[in-house]
Amino acid sequence: MDTLALPASSKREERIARAMIWCVALLVTGTFAWIVGDVFVHGISGLSLSFITEAPERGGRAGGILPIIVSTLSILAVSLVVAIPLGLATAVLLAEFTRRDNWFSTLVARSLDVLAAVPSIVFGLFGNAFFCVWLGMGYSILAGGLTLACMVLPILIRSLEAALRAVPDEYRFAAAALGMSKTRTVLSILLPCAAPGLVVGLILGIGRVLAETAALLFTSGYVDRMPESVMDSGRSLSIHIFDLAMNVPGGEPNAYSSAVVLILMLLIINFTAVWGTDRWVRKISGQSAT
Amino acid sequence: MKTDPDRDLADCSSGEGACAPAGDCSESSCAPRPAQCTEPDCGDDPPAGCCAIEAQGVEVYYGKKKVLTDVSFGMAPGRITAIIGPSGCGKSTFLSTLNRMSDLTIGCKVSGDIRLEGKSILGSGIDLIELRRRVGMIFQKPNPFPLSIRKNIQLPLKEMGIRNRDELEATTEKVIRDVGLWDEVSDRLNSSALALSGGQQQRLCIARAMALDPDVLLFDEPCSALDPISCSVVEELIASLRRQYTVVIVTHNMSQARRIADSVAVFWVQEGSGRIIEHGDLERVFEDPKHAIVKDYVQGGCG
Repeated sequence: MDTLALPASSKREERIARAMIWCVALLVTGTFAWIVGDVFVHGISGLSLSFITEAPERGGRAGGILPIIVSTLSILAVSLVVAIPLGLATAVLLAEFTRRDNWFSTLVARSLDVLAAVPSIVFGLFGNAFFCVWLGMGYSILAGGLTLACMVLPILIRSLEAALRAVPDEYRFAAAALGMSKTRTVLSILLPCAAPGLVVGLILGIGRVLAETAALLFTSGYVDRMPESVMDSGRSLSIHIFDLAMNVPGGEPNAYSSAVVLILMLLIINFTAVWGTDRWVRKISGQSAT
Repeated sequence: MKTDPDRDLADCSSGEGACAPAGDCSESSCAPRPAQCTEPDCGDDPPAGCCAIEAQGVEVYYGKKKVLTDVSFGMAPGRITAIIGPSGCGKSTFLSTLNRMSDLTIGCKVSGDIRLEGKSILGSGIDLIELRRRVGMIFQKPNPFPLSIRKNIQLPLKEMGIRNRDELEATTEKVIRDVGLWDEVSDRLNSSALALSGGQQQRLCIARAMALDPDVLLFDEPCSALDPISCSVVEELIASLRRQYTVVIVTHNMSQARRIADSVAVFWVQEGSGRIIEHGDLERVFEDPKHAIVKDYVQGGCG
């Protein structure tokens, strides 16, 4: 190896580049750790079993957040039930059933990119006008979930599409040469192959839904009672945090605790999704689960 | 290549029997013209049904670029036809027209006529799924699905409508035995096909294609991504397919063609487009090439 040693100047350059990359990485992770750490330090003391099993009292200053967790999960469920099938179908259409040079798929892709960049408050206004007023859903979990479905669809479709496109063409050729129909190829081979990437797209979507505040103010409202159906108004965790921090004097401790719950919820959902997909992919691909 | 007056019909004697085992050949379609049917290359104007595959004036365009010009020759049933030639002369492109995999390439247009047992396969009304079940293809790089060994074989079978578990298992075992892989994998049919070595993967791909009971198997440089030992195993396997299947193999490797092929077609780029410059019985082309370029190429010792 000695004969391959780099000249001193290159060595120095290499060292500086390395140091810079490490610095940037540390800065990014550090910032993230700081934010999460701050939330945990302030919020962990308020966490208890009763906090997640009781209803809020005195505008959220006391009591727990059970109805809010239920509302949040309901909104998430509504938006995913709508967004996943639509998103998957559109992604499959774009990636597998239209050619890359097709004008229609180009148009759809461009439109989605534009939609993905639209601020969420605009989706909120649209959701309010369309779902709450025009379709007469009022302030409800259903209206909120549907609005968020509209909001995450562009980003969901684009990431699902990217995951499908990342599957090597060899599998498509192999399947075609074996006389397999396009539909069967997609269902039995391409979707399972793309599963890890699909889950990343899904997690991005879930993250956006759980984090969303602005669009929900107009659509699902901020009633903090336990919702009895999806037609009831329901307050999401992010709105609860916003409300406690901004509108309720003395609400800060519980705002922090709610933030901890939100972060934990996100982590649990993400890990379960990744772990579940991993197991499933191993099972169908015949690799032993290790 | 329609006229090849030097075609030596005496070659027939050496190739006798090679053409005969294919069912179609001994049938009525060939009967009135037996002399042509026993001719190894099926002749330049073979009777319908004698050649398993017959290309007539095939031309291929990628967009505006013409990559193949006037390719006409027949591939005899039950025999191994090697397509040789330098890189970029359209060998693989030609191969992919034989099962219409060329349709998957954007901007690829094929004209002329290709007949599979007398029936044209280039029309728009052709059932591609049915065609590709009859004409299997094995690729340069082994491409098993990222599924278990068993599923690799059974998925296409199920797609064909075979649901009976016993039948699926029987076919799976048969084809894996046929490619000589049974002893190596019989105890781990449920583990991932991707855990197999390159050579094993390629044999699995051949087994997978054979499971559909095709008439024709196309090989696109099946050994070029394998180590020499795996390569020779796969090569022997392909040689053993003679008589059971009509085999067309694209290869860079001249000595490989010499070892396994019955007849050979030499492709070459002329005037910016791939053409077939010589074809015929293997020995005739290698020992007594008519074309000066072919003479240099096959006797150049390269490969």
